[in-house]
Amino acid sequence: MKLVDLENVFKRYVEIGRVAYISFGPHAGSLVAIVDVIDQNRALVDGPCTGVKRQSMPFKCMQLTDYVIKVPHSARQKFVRRAWEKAQVTEKWAGSNWAKKIEARQKRAQMSDFDRFKVMKAKRMRNKIIKHEVKKLQKEAAKKA
Amino acid sequence: MYMSLYRLMAEGDKKKVAKKAHCSRNPVLARGIGRYSRTAMYARRAMYKRKTKTTETKIEKKMKVKTPSTITKTVGGDKNGGTRVVKMRKMPRYYPTEDVPHKLKNHGKKPFSQHKRNLRATITPGTVLVLLTGRHRGKRVVFLKQLSSGLLLVTGPLALNRVPLRRAHQKFVIATATKVDISGMKIPKTLSDAYFKKKRLRRPRHQEGEIFDTEKEKYQLTVQRKEDQKAVDSQLLPLIKKVPQLKGYLRSSFCLSNGVYPHKLVF
Repeated sequence: MKLVDLENVFKRYVEIGRVAYISFGPHAGSLVAIVDVIDQNRALVDGPCTGVKRQSMPFKCMQLTDYVIKVPHSARQKFVRRAWEKAQVTEKWAGSNWAKKIEARQKRAQMSDFDRFKVMKAKRMRNKIIKHEVKKLQKEAAKKA
Repeated sequence: MYMSLYRLMAEGDKKKVAKKAHCSRNPVLARGIGRYSRTAMYARRAMYKRKTKTTETKIEKKMKVKTPSTITKTVGGDKNGGTRVVKMRKMPRYYPTEDVPHKLKNHGKKPFSQHKRNLRATITPGTVLVLLTGRHRGKRVVFLKQLSSGLLLVTGPLALNRVPLRRAHQKFVIATATKVDISGMKIPKTLSDAYFKKKRLRRPRHQEGEIFDTEKEKYQLTVQRKEDQKAVDSQLLPLIKKVPQLKGYLRSSFCLSNGVYPHKLVF
């Protein structure tokens, strides 16, 4: 009896060229590519297109994304940049749901009191329309039955 | 060393006072001690250029008008000889037998009317404020100006949220980022602290049998208040109507709900 399908537990692996999102620390919020593994806890990391200097970074603050760029290990920044741009990582990331959710969270945190009021009004109007349509459909269904 | 912060100008000086006042030209070595001596400061401040007034001549002295030392006042009543000669500067009417010790002088203690008024940088004319205390707590209100006592003059407008022209305390108010452009508005000059101050009846005359009846507890609306309110609101409402949804915003009140933390909110 297989309780866990061992092939499908982990999907994203730490590998050379894996693009990671930095979740906390001084570079929080930017993407980097793992260029080499230093030891069990640290990786050599570089983000030429996202403004992160080449440096060692603990794995703990990295969250792996779906993107991998094709670089040999310890590749120079110039080649990391080339591979990054070739794979169009920045554009793909901007279009991903993860990045959109992050942006939405930031926007929500920056809302002023007036903005919150406007959002409340918009939500209320939207829900009203939806409920109206739902009621209509329910009525029709009730009629048929 | 005497650190002169004030320019002493003799009467005869030419009118070249358009220049900004210079800071002290005598740097402080320690408290009360300046770098330069009195004569050195005289030279540094170029006081030699500033004494165009020469000594008074005897004729000039005579020409000076002195305030009179006595005044003749009329007195009523028959057989009184209609006038009296009254001294303008009288001798003291009491000399204490022992010397009263002089109190030390205060430094920099000003009465409330002369205090410096601060205003938070986020509060500018036209800002929407959220009142936090008082009967209008939670209401969003438009800030007009800061009065001389430091309190903020604020209005609902009355038609939107029943907040009249009123004073609010800066500390008990949240300033939001929303602003209405009030620059074209004219606020009547009569709106001051004295206008808004609560009136107290004070005629007990020692026989306070029914004190609590005579004092008016209820606030009476006056015609002047209504007029001033109209004058201000008639200018303010069209400005509010220009901004979409602002009218509804001012009509609503602020509240906290689950998951809303004031320290995390951006106002």
